Amino acid sequence: MSETHSAEPSHGQLTREDVLKVARLARLGLDESEVEEFTGQLGQVLGYVGILEEADTEGVEPLAGASERTDVLREDEPGESLTRDQALSGAPRHDDRFFLVPPVLDTSAE
Amino acid sequence: MTACREPASVLIERLSNGETTSLELTEACLAEITSHDGAVGAFLHVAGDSARQAAESIDRRRAAGEPLGRLAGLPVAVKDVLVTRDQPTTCGSRMLEGWTPPYDAHTVEKLRDADAVLIGKTNMDEFAMGSTTENSAFGPTRTPWQLDCVAGGSSGGSAAAVSAGFAPLAVGSDTGGSIRQPASFCGVVGLKPSYGRVSRYGLVAYASSLDQVGPFARDVAGAAMLLEVLAGHDRRDGTSVDQPVPPYGQQLEKPVDGLRIGICPDHFGDGLDPEVREAVERALDIYRGLGADVQEIELPHSRFAVACYYLVAPSEASSNLARYDGIHYGRRTDDHDGLVEMYSNSRGAAFGTEVKRRIMLGTYALSAGYYDAYYLKAQKVRRLIQQDYSQAFADVDVIASPVAPTPAVRLGQLTDDPLQMYLADAYTISANLAGLPGVSIPAGFSQDGRPIGLQLLANAFTEDRLLRAAAMHERETDWHLATPTFAGDAC
Amino acid sequence: MPSPTTIIGLEVHVQLQTRTKIFCGCANRFNPDEPNVQTCPVCLGLPGALPVMNRRALELSVRAGLALSGTIAGLTKWDRKQYYYPDLPKAYQISQYDLPFCQGGHLDVDVEQENGEIQSRHIRLIRVHLEEDAGKNLHDESGRGGDSRVDLNRAGTPLLEIVSEPDIRSAAEARRYLEEIRLLMVYLGVSDCNMQEGSLRCDANVNLEISNSANESIRTPIVEVKNLNSFRGVEAALVYEISRQQREFEQCGGIYADTAKQTRGWDADRGVTFAQRGKEEASDYRYFPDPDLLPVSFSDEWIEIQRAELCEPPADRRRRFVAELGLSEYDAGVLVDRGRETADYFEAVATACGDAKQAANWVTQDVLRELNEREETIESFPIDAQGLASLLGMITSGDLTTRSGREVFSSLMNNQGGDGSIVERIASIVEERGLSAVADSGALETVIDAVISRNEKAAEDFRGGKDAAIGKLIGEVMREVGGADPNAVRETLISRLRP
Ligand SMILES: [Zn+2]
Repeated sequence: MSETHSAEPSHGQLTREDVLKVARLARLGLDESEVEEFTGQLGQVLGYVGILEEADTEGVEPLAGASERTDVLREDEPGESLTRDQALSGAPRHDDRFFLVPPVLDTSAE
Repeated sequence: MTACREPASVLIERLSNGETTSLELTEACLAEITSHDGAVGAFLHVAGDSARQAAESIDRRRAAGEPLGRLAGLPVAVKDVLVTRDQPTTCGSRMLEGWTPPYDAHTVEKLRDADAVLIGKTNMDEFAMGSTTENSAFGPTRTPWQLDCVAGGSSGGSAAAVSAGFAPLAVGSDTGGSIRQPASFCGVVGLKPSYGRVSRYGLVAYASSLDQVGPFARDVAGAAMLLEVLAGHDRRDGTSVDQPVPPYGQQLEKPVDGLRIGICPDHFGDGLDPEVREAVERALDIYRGLGADVQEIELPHSRFAVACYYLVAPSEASSNLARYDGIHYGRRTDDHDGLVEMYSNSRGAAFGTEVKRRIMLGTYALSAGYYDAYYLKAQKVRRLIQQDYSQAFADVDVIASPVAPTPAVRLGQLTDDPLQMYLADAYTISANLAGLPGVSIPAGFSQDGRPIGLQLLANAFTEDRLLRAAAMHERETDWHLATPTFAGDAC
Repeated sequence: MPSPTTIIGLEVHVQLQTRTKIFCGCANRFNPDEPNVQTCPVCLGLPGALPVMNRRALELSVRAGLALSGTIAGLTKWDRKQYYYPDLPKAYQISQYDLPFCQGGHLDVDVEQENGEIQSRHIRLIRVHLEEDAGKNLHDESGRGGDSRVDLNRAGTPLLEIVSEPDIRSAAEARRYLEEIRLLMVYLGVSDCNMQEGSLRCDANVNLEISNSANESIRTPIVEVKNLNSFRGVEAALVYEISRQQREFEQCGGIYADTAKQTRGWDADRGVTFAQRGKEEASDYRYFPDPDLLPVSFSDEWIEIQRAELCEPPADRRRRFVAELGLSEYDAGVLVDRGRETADYFEAVATACGDAKQAANWVTQDVLRELNEREETIESFPIDAQGLASLLGMITSGDLTTRSGREVFSSLMNNQGGDGSIVERIASIVEERGLSAVADSGALETVIDAVISRNEKAAEDFRGGKDAAIGKLIGEVMREVGGADPNAVRETLISRLRP
């Protein structure tokens, strides 16, 4: 829970480093021209959305969805599962039992 | 005129009294697709064989006197954003090219239960992000009325399919206008239901709190008929509402007594194409002539709608599209140096520019330090926008406005400038932010022959009244009867 | 220089014992032998699939929260915690960020101190929240850098996260805290807490407060030790980590280049913690409310219904066994810690036979020994509580000697005594073997008198102070009267010979 949720927005002032950082966070490979293009365009859009500061939202509760209903629950009853073949059917790589991914490095000892 | 250009209600009638068969109808649609879809680009997948089989089976069951569903034998095109267990589902993206899901969307199940003939999957902006269908990885969809102009988007393929007579009915999805705007560009009826009216289970999510599935048809009765099939509670979608589905089609002939129409002056300001303004004003005159009371209303926060939408939708999208990581389904590039790069390179290679743009925007808006200023602020403004509408609907039954500032634009006209493109959504996105139903109905043409739609919005879960109000206009006009002609067409 | 203070906070993950997963109808079952057979569009995170909250998971969560004395929120919601990992198919975990269903709470734990004294420690909780578990990555162990394999059977298992305040002061205390959480969750029926199967897992945050040479109080950087999945592991990892931090402090003199929180893994084989490469951008999870899941509200009435489902917590039960039933702390601990069913069994025996101490002796010794030998649980124990109570009742009333009682007990364990109820079988075993203690003291005295007169020498020796001589007399009486109580025989002999 180390996240902090407050800072000044940087309307219209997006740096190339900001774009690269966000792209890393989103695991989104961008080529050089995209980085340049997005730096300008996203800055422009963020500049535009700064208009929201003109809206007086003092004491206004955020609205997360169009519906504010609560308490939609399901009973703890078994439903249909897929077969393993179905589960793996869309995977780019599998060995008929598991999904396969390049080695996960995070747990390696230093 | 080919069979498929008849309104759905007429075709249902002909099927049930034996004047035509589902197979004839299906063949007619497939023939139209073969002849003209090369130019239009409405379909990503045409399910000719399975459609013929379904049609034959329905014809047999009809001949045997078996009970049939409400859309029995009618070809229906489905936007490629709804998963289908027997047809590929790409969402217009290279990311999902070649993927056939192991399950059906709730709405697809409903169509099958209603004995509709699923004729194919329609083109769309990649992951429903866009308003021209030019963001499809598989080429744009053009409005059949003018092939150098876009069909609108993101449900451009569905709108164009109905307009071109490729299918009498089609299903689309609407997150910020993606049903209503292409309906307007293609001269058909398109309805976005209230949030929660139709299950989202199996609708590939763009922005979960805004997405809604809805019908396209040639006329209001067709839209009502299809909505009746699509709507209804689904326990697999917690946001779907457990309310009975009214028989939308039954009361269409009945005008709304003392119809009160609200208009917001902001909707008629700078940037509105004069021909669109003229069409909307003409429609309002028609309503006045029917005894409707047209009054000005205030939507004080509507000027924030575009900014609000372009924070909420990309934020949710950045999260919803994180799952395309090249592991459990979708594309994986071999060009990588380990897991982290595999993610980035796969996503970088398979997503198109607009999708990347919105993922970037949403990731930024949710990232540490910016959440309060962007996402949270947008959610608060969203409530203000919703409150505006609830106040407005205390005084009026529907709110009339343009659907888009212009008729269909030429291909490539807007794609260079994302912000200009986003601003063009101004009339439609409030309905999504507030969860309201909205419909686009044909209301005229520009001088050069591009269709113009009229948008009507209503209070949540009053689709019945909204459709009746729309039908009032339709009865007085014949815009919906016009059909596009392709070069070389006999009719 | 004062000794360093250890500061430990635990994040404990408990898999809930539901039939199905948290958001879909797939089975919630440990099944490593058949990977990827308990999945569906929802828990595979397929495009278009949507989650719906499992009612039972909420009920069990709230019961756990109440049993931990937490405050149940009136309204709770779920947020998406976003990060990329192959076992997380949506690339976000549905968790709870700023409105967990339960805040605060505490757990009191008795911990044996170095001096052997038992001290009660009050560990406060920060929060308890409900989230979905991820699947499992299986790394290539060959060392050749082969692909990792992903099994999603576990993805979407309901998971409780119990976060403590940094109130824990030693490795032993951390272990006791975890043991007590486990016992409580098992008592409540919230989880089976099977650590081998990963249904109870733990991460520990640990650092030290040490005085430096200038007598300033310095805190060592916080280390999160991950993936502790045995009680021994928790204790050993913390012992290691505490001494590692102390060594590090001594080496750097309390001046750290990097004071950021560090993540370390526990290598149980080598007995060391090791630095883990931090997840890239791990600190920015971009939490936001999940638009697919509606918030849940808890009415006071509903919370009270859940409270009514709670059982007596283990700690209360131990106290009651000591205070009301007169057991030793040790026996109370053994009975309660063995699990709710064993404690229930003991209590049923104690109530039915009216002698809690004797019931405790028999259950902690005879019953548990049999269970351990047979590697069985109390549910399948062949002597029901009613049966054992009646056996103990016979001993208390003197109808059976303790020794005969043990003989009956072992006959019952060997399925002797026919097909009737335990009570009937006891009667038939006693009858068959003539084990019934001679209740007619007149008859016993007649035999004793006869034995004394036949053994003048031994009687004389005993009268003369040779205590050992009584053994021969007791033996002869016992041979003549099967089932006699040796104590009663001894006492009668003494009263005759040394009046
Ligand atoms: Zn599942």
